[in-house]
Amino acid sequence: MAKVKNSEAMDDLFDKRNADWYFDKLVQFIVFISGISAIVFVIGIFVFVTTEGMGFLLDSFSFSEFFGSEYWDPSDEDAPEYGILALIAGTASVTGLAMLIAIPFSLGAAIYIAEFSTGKTREYLKVLVELLAAIPSVVWGFIGLSIMNPLIIELFDVPVGLTVLNAGIILGLMAAPIMTSIAEDALKAVPDRYREAAEALGATRWQVIYKTVLPAAKNGLLGAILLGVGRGFGETMAVLMATGHAVNIPHSVFDSVRALTATIAAELGETAVGSEHYQVLFTIGIFLFLITFIINLTADLIVRGIKNQ
Amino acid sequence: MNKSQLITSCLLSLGVCMTATQAYARTVIQNKGSDTLVNVAQAWAEEYRNIDSNVAVAVSGGGSGTGIAALINGTVDIANASRAMKSKEVELAKSKGQNPIQHIVGYDALSVFLHPDNPADTLSFSQLQDIYARKGKATKWSDLGLTVPGCKQDKIVAVSRQNNSGTYAYFKKAVLGKKGKFRQGTLDMHGSKDVVDLVEKTPCAIGYSGLAYANEHVKMACIAKETGGKCVNPSVATASDRTYPIARPLFMYTNGEPTGETKKYLDWILSDVGQCILLKKGYAPVKDVTCK
Repeated sequence: MAKVKNSEAMDDLFDKRNADWYFDKLVQFIVFISGISAIVFVIGIFVFVTTEGMGFLLDSFSFSEFFGSEYWDPSDEDAPEYGILALIAGTASVTGLAMLIAIPFSLGAAIYIAEFSTGKTREYLKVLVELLAAIPSVVWGFIGLSIMNPLIIELFDVPVGLTVLNAGIILGLMAAPIMTSIAEDALKAVPDRYREAAEALGATRWQVIYKTVLPAAKNGLLGAILLGVGRGFGETMAVLMATGHAVNIPHSVFDSVRALTATIAAELGETAVGSEHYQVLFTIGIFLFLITFIINLTADLIVRGIKNQ
Repeated sequence: MNKSQLITSCLLSLGVCMTATQAYARTVIQNKGSDTLVNVAQAWAEEYRNIDSNVAVAVSGGGSGTGIAALINGTVDIANASRAMKSKEVELAKSKGQNPIQHIVGYDALSVFLHPDNPADTLSFSQLQDIYARKGKATKWSDLGLTVPGCKQDKIVAVSRQNNSGTYAYFKKAVLGKKGKFRQGTLDMHGSKDVVDLVEKTPCAIGYSGLAYANEHVKMACIAKETGGKCVNPSVATASDRTYPIARPLFMYTNGEPTGETKKYLDWILSDVGQCILLKKGYAPVKDVTCK
C-alpha cells in the first residue's frame, strides 16, 4: 500500500497533467511543425511542379529539342516549338554579366567592412548593406526600365536600352548586398591569430589580407559567390522588366534577351490549366528548381565545409 | 437568434455576409481577356451601370489567351478575344465540360506603327514578312531601301507581342501565313499600349497593335497586300468594309448559349447604343449604326 501511495506521489510530482503540462506539449508540437515545415514545403512544391509538368515530359518532351533548339513558340496551333536554348542563353548571359559586376563589388565591400572599417562606420555600413538587400526586385526593374534604359541609349547610341547590359547591371547590384553580407561573415570567421602571425612576420595590411585572410576564407567567399549566382538564376521581376523580353541568343551585351524565369512569369497566367503550353512552363520550372537547388546545395556544402575545419 | 447575436455572427463571418448581401442585390458578370478589347469593354461596363444598376460587370485585360484560359477553367462569364479560339482550346474546354459559344462584337484594323521620322509610308505584305518572319531578309532598314533619320545603327527593332496575345496570333496568321513563324529577337511587349510607347520613343522601331491605340506621336503605315499594289490606310471605315487587309473580328465567348443577365448584356452590346460606344473607341461596328 505504502509503495503504491509513494508512486502516486511521484506521479503527482513529475507527471501532473495540468494546464502547464498541456501548454508545454502544445508549444512543443507547434515548434516541431514549424521546424519540419521547410522540408514539407520544399518537397510539396517539388511534387506539385513535377506533377504539373509531367504530362509534357512523358508525351512530347524531346531532350534534343528542349535543350538544343533556340526556337520558342509554344502557342503555335499547328507546329509548336519548345526550345529553351535561347532562354538559357538569356539567363546565363545576364547572370554572368551580373557576377562580373557583383563579385568585385561585393568582395571589395566585404573586405572593407571586415578588415578596414571600425566602430560606427562599420555598423552603419552593415545596416546599409542589409537595407540595400531589402529593396524589392520590382523597384530594381523599374530603375532598369526608366533610368538605365534611356541612359544606355544615350551613352552607347543603341536603338533600345533594354538589353543584357541593363539587366546585368541591375542584377549585379541586386545580388551584391547578399554576397557582401555572406563574404563578410566568412572573413570575420578567420581567427585573429592568423592576422597577428602575418603582421608579426612584417606583412603590410594588404599582404595580410591578400596572403592570409583571403586564402583562409576561400570557401566562404566561394559560397557567397554561388549564392549570388543562384539569386541571379532565380530572379524574375527585375529581369522581366530590364531585358527587353526577346527570345534571342545574344551576340553582344547590347542585344535584348529573355530569361527562363521571365518566360514563366509572362506566360503562365495566360495559358489554360493542363494545356501543353502550361505543362512545358512547369517543365522549365522543374529545370530551374534543379539548377538553383544544385547551386544552393553546393554553396551550402562549401560554407559548412569551412565551419567544420 | 436575436438581433445582437445576428450582428455578432455577422461580424465574425464578415466576408461571408458581405458577399451574401452583394449577391442578393447585384449580379456580377466576370469579363476578362483581350487587351485590344479591354478599353471598350470597360466603357461598356461603365455605361451598362446606368442601364441596369443591379448588374455589375467586372472587366480585366491580360490578353486573349488569358480570357480564353479563364473561360476554359470556368472562372469567367464572358471571355474577350481578338482571335478565334483554336481547335485545341475548344477541345480542352469541352473536355472540362464547357461549351464555348462565339459572338462577334466588332471589327478592328491592326495597324503597323512607325516612328514619325521613318520615311516609309507604304508597307507591303512581303516587306512585313521580310521584317517579321523567321526567313525574312530585312534586319536593317537599308535592306528595304530606307534611311531612317535618328536610327544610326540602321537596325530594325521589330516590336511584337507576347505569344498568347490574340493580336500576335492574328498578325502571325494574316501576315506571315498559316505556317509562318516570327523571327528570333523580336521585343515581345506585354500590352498594346507598350508597343505604341516603345515605337514612339525608338526611331528604329516598327510595331503592330489595334488601331484604337494609335496616337499623334506615331505614324501608321498604309498596307498593301501585293508589292506595288494599291495600299489601304487603317481606319474604322476600311475595317468595316473589310478592304483593309489586316482587319479582324473581335469576339466575346460565353460558356453555352448566354442566359439571364449575361444574355441581356450581350444583346445590349450588339444594340445601336453598345455599337456606338465601340465606334467611339476606334473600332468598327458589326452593323451600320448612326450615332449622335
